[in-house]
Formats: sequence, C-alpha cells, structure tokens
Amino acid sequence: MLSPVTLMVNGSPVAVPAGTTVAVAVVAAGQACRTSVSGEPRGPLCGMGTCFECRVAINGKPHCRSCQILCEPGMEVRTD
Amino acid sequence: MSSAASSGAYDVAVVGAGIVGAACACEFARRGLRVVVVDTEVVGGGATAAGMGHIVAMDDSEAQFALTRYSQQLWQELRAELPEDVEYEQCGTIWVAADEQEMAEVWRKWDYYRERGVPVEVLDGQSLKRLEPNLRDGMAGGLLVKEDAVLYPPCAARFLMDRAQKNGATLRLGASVAEIGQGRVRLADGLKGDALKDDALEIARLEISAQIIVNATGAGAADLTPGIEIKKRKGHLVITDRYPGFLRHQLVELGYLKSAHSVSSYSVAFNVQPRPTGQVLIGSSRQYGAEHKEVDHGILMRMLQRARQYMPGLGPKSALRTWTGFRAATPDKLPLIGPWPGDKSVFLATGHEGLGITASLGTARILVDQITGVRPAIPIEPYLPSRAAKEHVHA
Repeated sequence: MLSPVTLMVNGSPVAVPAGTTVAVAVVAAGQACRTSVSGEPRGPLCGMGTCFECRVAINGKPHCRSCQILCEPGMEVRTD
Repeated sequence: MSSAASSGAYDVAVVGAGIVGAACACEFARRGLRVVVVDTEVVGGGATAAGMGHIVAMDDSEAQFALTRYSQQLWQELRAELPEDVEYEQCGTIWVAADEQEMAEVWRKWDYYRERGVPVEVLDGQSLKRLEPNLRDGMAGGLLVKEDAVLYPPCAARFLMDRAQKNGATLRLGASVAEIGQGRVRLADGLKGDALKDDALEIARLEISAQIIVNATGAGAADLTPGIEIKKRKGHLVITDRYPGFLRHQLVELGYLKSAHSVSSYSVAFNVQPRPTGQVLIGSSRQYGAEHKEVDHGILMRMLQRARQYMPGLGPKSALRTWTGFRAATPDKLPLIGPWPGDKSVFLATGHEGLGITASLGTARILVDQITGVRPAIPIEPYLPSRAAKEHVHA
C-alpha cells in the first residue's frame, strides 16, 4: 500500500492511500458530500467532474468537486 | 357587461400569460368578468422568467414612483397569501454610493422617499460595510430602502394565474395569436388540443370573441398593435452557486440610473440580488438593437467586471447559468396602461421596461378600474397610451 495520507472530514481524521480522491475519502468517512436545496443528501455520481453532485468545501473554499481533487495531508474537508 | 356578450364570447381576452397578463386576468376574474388568457407558450415564460424579481419603489419620475410604490404596497397586502415557492423576501435595497458625488444623490433620494412615506435610512461607509461586508473597501455609503423586496417571478405569475382560474378564468396555452382587434383575437393555427373539440365551426377554432382585448405581450406588443412605440431592450443575468451569507440586500450602484437612461447601444451596471438558497443573481445589462437571444460574451464580461469592481469576492465564485431576456422599453420610460386609441376593443398593459414584476399588480388594478368605472387609487394619465398619440401630433 502507498503511504497513507491523513485528512480531516467534518473534523474527524480519515486515513487513505496517497492518490485517493477527496470524494473517496468522504465516502470512506460515511458522509454525503452535500445537501440539495430540498434537503436530500448528495454524493459522487459521474466521478469525472461533470455532474457537480460531489461538491464539498476544502480548506474553507466551497463548491470544490471532490472527485477531481486528490487528498493532501491535513486537508480540512466539510460537507455541511 | 356580460349581458351584452354573445353566447360563448368572453368579456375579456388577455393576450400574454406573463406576470402582467396573469395579474390582469386575476383582477378581471376577481371582479366577476369572464376572462380568457391566451399565450403561445407557458405561464410566466418570457421576460417574467428572465427578470430578477426585484420589488422596488423607483423614483425616476413622479409617475414611476406612484405606480411602483402602489404596486409594492399591493405585494405587501398579498404577502401572507403567497405560496412558499414565490420566495418573497423583504430584504431591502441598498443604493450604493461609490464616492462623495454619489453620496449627494443618496441624500436627494433620502429626502424624496422620506417625504413620500417610504422607510429609508442613510448609511455611511462604515455602516454600509457592516451590512454588506463583501462590498469593496472605501465606499462612501448608501441608501437603505427597507420595504423593497425580492421574489421568484415565474412562481408569482403561476400563483396569480391559478387564482384567476379559481375565479373562473380560462387559460389557453399553445395558441399563437396572429391578430387582435374589433372584439376578436385571431389565432394563427387555432387552439391546440381538445380546447374546442365540440365546436364544429372553423371560425370558432380560429377566433376568440371578447368585448375587451388586453395586449400584455411585453416586448413583442407592437407585433399585435402596430403603431405603439415599444423597443426590445435586451438584458443579461448570471446566477451563482450557493454561497449563504455572502450577500444580504439587493445592491444597486447609484450609477444605475445612468445605465437605465443611456441611449447608447448598451450599458452595464452593478446590480446583485441574494436568493433564499444563498445563490447570487448578478446583473445588469441594457442593450437596444439586439434581436437574438444568444448570450453576448463581450457584454457579459463587462457586466461581471463591473460586479467584481463592487464586490471583489464575486470573482472566484462559480456561475451556474447565464441567460438573456427582452424588456419592453417605451420612449418616455413609462408603461402603456389603458385604451388604445386605434381600436375601441383594444387595451394595452405593456412597456414596463425593467419594472414589470413590481408594477404588475398596480397595472392590473388601474386597468381594471378604468374598465369597470372604479376610481383608481393613483392618477392614470401618465400611463395612458393616448399620450404617445398626442406627442405625435405636436412632433
């Protein structure tokens, strides 16, 4: 296994192999990526940056497509 | 009135199911008249769907103020009955002054509104920054107009049309109108579907009879009533993703009037609106002589640059959609509401430029008041279509 990377998802640490996308880390943490206007949980659908369903806030920046971004050590991911 | 109508005929045919047509239908039906509404497409699909939905008291002229403030008060009366999807929010407008020269305009406006009973507050640079932290530093101040509101226009039009139908109005969608006049609405292809399947007469399929025909077709109104001076004035809007808390009031630059009054081919102004979802609606542009609906990227870029000058934080925000629409502009910046001198059966309810959503309710009231012989709450003369005819005589 590649050297693990530890990042924070909603304040809890998650360890994933290097090269893992943020979308996978969020799923591994058992979280939905975001909540729709009508209050439904949403997660990665297309996995290629087109559907915008997997948006999360990364290091305070909202609406990042988590399927297109690789995990980095100490990254702060929020889904709420 | 209905006693004089022949069997099967309507008292009123409203052509155009935008927010102005829907408001008129609602008001006619409420007063017991037999109403039919005809539109080629859907309820609230034209300029109604393209506009911002800013319910604003405008002080451009005394007549414009009278109609917009009256209409705003009618929206306030209706507020408790509006369904949630109309998203009526009394967020207020802040007219933003970039420098001391514009601050003088803030004081002039403050005096104007205050004298007429509109709740307003002058903001210095610091209090403006406190209310809207994402405006750029160094603004001179602004004027907060507290009762201005925002809503979602297509749902507001749908609500008014539903209410008209509950009071007996008939809605005929998918019917393209070729001609109006002399108590008849002539359809290009007849009514689609089974609207009149029991009527064997071809003439009934192609015509709707009504004593009164209201032309509420917005920027296209001159197609049905040749001779009225309506020009299409194209606008662009952008909506962002959700950024809750980024913006709290409708913000408009004080240079806005310069843009709205510009007679050059196009102009842009900073005009942004918070939506209840946290999205930001970004405008505005004004452009004469553009007939096509496509987004003009040069104008769009200038509009967004203007927005970024006022709110630098908009720069990195992501935009979800961009679209255009056509305002119905008149030469004297006032709408056309009332009888058309060219045909006794034809009445106009158009020419609202960027104020159709606000003015829809007041327009409907004063139009139906005129027709039913009720004294209108505000003077109607400035909006009468005959004013244009008079100007021609003296021209």
